[in-house]
Amino acid sequence: MKNRYWVLLLAPMVSAAAQEPPKVTAQQFVNLQQGEAAHEGFRRAHAKGICVTGEFRSNGQLATYSEAALFEQGVTPFIGRFSVAGNNPTAPDLKAPVRSLALSFAMSSTEQWRIAMNTPPVMAVKDPHTFYQQIQAIQAGPKAIQAFFAEHPESSDFLSWKAQYQPTGSFAAETYNSINAFYLINSEGNEQAVRWAMQPKVFVPADNLEGVDALHQEITNRVVKEDIVFDWMFTLANEEDDENNPAKAWPDSREQITAGQVVITAVTPQLQGECHGINYDPLVLPTGIEATRDPILRARSAAYAESYRRRAKEALMGELEGQGNE
Amino acid sequence: MSNPHKFSVSMRLFHWAMAALVISMLAAGLLMVRSLEPWQLSILTVHKAFGVVAAVLVIARLVNRLFHEIPALPGDLSSLQKFVAKASHWLLYLLLFAMPISGYLMQYFAGRPIDVFGWFRLPAVLTVDIENYAVFRELHGWLAMALMALVALHVAAALHHHFIRKDKVLRSML
Ligand code: HEM
Ligand code: HEM
Repeated sequence: MKNRYWVLLLAPMVSAAAQEPPKVTAQQFVNLQQGEAAHEGFRRAHAKGICVTGEFRSNGQLATYSEAALFEQGVTPFIGRFSVAGNNPTAPDLKAPVRSLALSFAMSSTEQWRIAMNTPPVMAVKDPHTFYQQIQAIQAGPKAIQAFFAEHPESSDFLSWKAQYQPTGSFAAETYNSINAFYLINSEGNEQAVRWAMQPKVFVPADNLEGVDALHQEITNRVVKEDIVFDWMFTLANEEDDENNPAKAWPDSREQITAGQVVITAVTPQLQGECHGINYDPLVLPTGIEATRDPILRARSAAYAESYRRRAKEALMGELEGQGNE
Repeated sequence: MSNPHKFSVSMRLFHWAMAALVISMLAAGLLMVRSLEPWQLSILTVHKAFGVVAAVLVIARLVNRLFHEIPALPGDLSSLQKFVAKASHWLLYLLLFAMPISGYLMQYFAGRPIDVFGWFRLPAVLTVDIENYAVFRELHGWLAMALMALVALHVAAALHHHFIRKDKVLRSML
């Protein structure tokens, strides 16, 4: 019996340790992402991708919520990038668990916006240090990741999404989520926490896909025939939602506003396109949009900068010579 | 030529204000490139805004210097020591100027406009240039190391004058 009391005494320490994973630096994080042998000149995460260009056609619906110029009715061009998660620029498309879309809007020399979105609507964890452990578990194999999820009840919303998610047969048919929340700020200074998603207009079954570059080839063929269109849909948080917790889904009943359509009109292999030189750091924000205190969101800037610094230096050193993505 | 014993009040103010600013900037820079904590974005934003202030201050300081007589170095210094003293001071000015310029140009070529305390924004390119970004990113890091080394030398020299040579050099800036 006495032993039990001792355990109780230890409980606060144990639980504190469980809640607070060891802190990692941006350099350690990027080292883990890039793995043993870095692919020089490429992103340390989402290394494989393809540049896209197109425009956002705003319907003006969001202009009362945010001062950002692109939400006024009108058209703003972008340089974007479809990608798959992972550090290998030649990995097979269909093996990647996550697909992504990034957009860069250069509205003017003083107003720019970078966005990087993934297929899951939520993270499995809510801080970067636990995310580091999750990646370690993924690298260690299925047993480790199962154990990880068992120890992290906050993963439940992510796991229920994962259970029902069916990868489609095209980059054009996926839904891409901001995951992290941001504040829209209007000209009166009112702030509204939002998340957003790019919603596809087509359904493409995953049947006829083949080859290492299946998704890249599919999108290259598709865009010749038709524009690739997404509805840009914003979900407004209410007082019950914690905008700083990226692992918690918001109820479906929340107000949603479609701000317009993102239309992709051309794609280019990444080494030939302009997207390769861009750091899609989601904390490059225009007036009218601000970052929440979400610890995952706040961790992204330093990590992206470290990855960008490494690959920029390698690009400068001419490491890219003779390497190709296609 | 008159030889004041002390630096003018304005020069002393500039000196200590910039010393505090630059040491904070170095510390902030070194912390923020490593940290994944939620305050990283806040420090980064402040680093960039105060970096712009530093650029303005160093120009104002150099202009101010043109209008003021400065105390001569102690007569018993060898000409080599005098040369090193003067050269290190000009090198400090150069680095104090090159730090914010390289910081700004790195952000400029990465297409990241700089928000200065919400008052105004400095422009960035519309088409990112990753190679030029790399040049100025690496330069900013190297110059920061050179600046830290030079500041350490500068402080050591000041203390050497005060405690070992027991001359008026350190007091002329107090
Ligand atoms: C702490 C959390 C995260 C870390 C440390 C992290 C780290 C990184 C790094 C280092 C890169 C490469 C950057 C570059 O070299 O340009 C990257 C790219 C990317 N990340 Fe994250 N990431 C995090 C969370 C997220 C989340 C929540 C999302 C989605 C909402 C996301 C979506 C993306 C996408 C789409 C790209 C590729 C962007 C492109 O095409 O250039 N990341 N991430
Ligand atoms: C007196 C002026 C300045 C000093 C002493 C200073 C110092 C530093 C230091 C020590 C670092 C870390 C470098 C490294 O680890 O390689 C740094 C990083 C940085 N500085 Fe400055 N800086 C100054 C001005 C500026 C200005 C004016 C800007 C931009 C407007 C700027 C933008 C940055 C950025 C963005 C980083 C981080 C880069 C990254 O994460 O890759 N700095 N700075």
